[in-house]
Amino acid sequence: MLLKLKIWRQKRGQKKGSFENYEMDHLSPDMSFLEMLDQLNEDLVGQKKVPVAFDHDCREGICGSCSLVINGNPHGPHAGSAVCQLHLRSFKDKEEIWIEPFRAKAFPVLQDLIVDRSAFDRIIQSGAYVSVNTGQAPEAHSILVEKAKAEEAFSHAACIGCGACVAVCKNASASLFVAAKVSHLALLPQGKVEKKARVLKMVKQMEKEGFGACTNTGACSRACPKEISLHSIARMNREYFKSIF
Amino acid sequence: MRKWFFLSIGQKYLIGLTGLGLALFVLLHMLGNLLIFAGDKAYNLYMHQMVHGKAAFFIQVGLLAAFLLHIILALFLSVKNYFSRSEKYARQASGWKATAWYQKSLIFQGAIILVFVVLHLITFKFGTYYEVVYEGKTIRNLFQLVVEEFQKPVTVLWYLIALLVLCVHLFHGLISSFQSLGLSHPRFDFWIKKLSFGYAVFVTMGYVSLPLYVFFFMTEKGG
Repeated sequence: MLLKLKIWRQKRGQKKGSFENYEMDHLSPDMSFLEMLDQLNEDLVGQKKVPVAFDHDCREGICGSCSLVINGNPHGPHAGSAVCQLHLRSFKDKEEIWIEPFRAKAFPVLQDLIVDRSAFDRIIQSGAYVSVNTGQAPEAHSILVEKAKAEEAFSHAACIGCGACVAVCKNASASLFVAAKVSHLALLPQGKVEKKARVLKMVKQMEKEGFGACTNTGACSRACPKEISLHSIARMNREYFKSIF
Repeated sequence: MRKWFFLSIGQKYLIGLTGLGLALFVLLHMLGNLLIFAGDKAYNLYMHQMVHGKAAFFIQVGLLAAFLLHIILALFLSVKNYFSRSEKYARQASGWKATAWYQKSLIFQGAIILVFVVLHLITFKFGTYYEVVYEGKTIRNLFQLVVEEFQKPVTVLWYLIALLVLCVHLFHGLISSFQSLGLSHPRFDFWIKKLSFGYAVFVTMGYVSLPLYVFFFMTEKGG
């Protein structure tokens, strides 16, 4: 199949970029989207041109590295999957595909399609941890966790921190990411001890990084490759309220 | 505590709370309006009570405060949100991942409602002062002004448009307030959505009935 790509190119250290056109022919519909980009880069290197820089690592939807916006959709058109799980059979022959980086003030573009997501790391450092003495692993049954709570906490812990929520949000808000971490830890006995301080510290850091506020559109949850529920944000809002007392 | 309100979640709490307060107000206002169907006396006496009753001053101050707080905070957050994305996307998200138009345009809906409220106050609250005497007591004849105003097709059309905008704003606003206040939960989500939709439609239908009734079934003499 043939695809007409419009890829955002931005040189390292420059603030401006633009779209460049590439035509890829003889593609197999069974190729993954990232394999197509690998193929493009091989061609570009063969032509002594600069390859397209893009983030990727595990290519099985668990690391949260890949971060492309395809025709306006972070991680492409499908729900519950990352770019690395997207295949060319999802597109039509001769289709025009716009590939852009995640765009947010807090995620500056480093080069081409790679953005700096260290703002997320700083949010995690601000409070998404539990203070425990390290040493031998404690006996698993010494802290009892209700099954339903454990399941719910795990559904929030599934967040891979890719930033698609920020990318799709009209306000570039990181609420879903922060809420997933806050909810995950607030639900478990180990995280409960520090939950008041945690939610305040994390929300404060989120704002400091320049992310927008939540307008409850739900686009984040729909774009999330792990389908983190919007209820995590409601829980974060509750935890935030309780943090006054 | 002071810091709490300076972060966006605290501000969203206030937007949600004031929004819920204003939503209650529009319901009560709409129910009061329906007295137009009971004739001029019932309508005028009720409106007189609303303006001159003992609690009227406090209600008006509270309303104004809620309205201003809602607008100022929403404007503040909208500006902040606008600047949180420095470069726009060439293509907008589509299908499942898209954001609905009515969720993207909340601030513009709010602007239309603000213009509407200001014009509405100029037209009615500060409009022509007709008088009427009931049992020896002279009070304002708002009924006559309402009937007069809604004979104008342009006014009726403008009210219909503005009320439709209010309906959309109420629908998302109610769901959003529950979410902002942390009250949404998998168990109640279905009902919150249904209730918000029902509330918005009920309030709008009630409001719309007044100008339409006056325009089609009443003459300026009020008959």
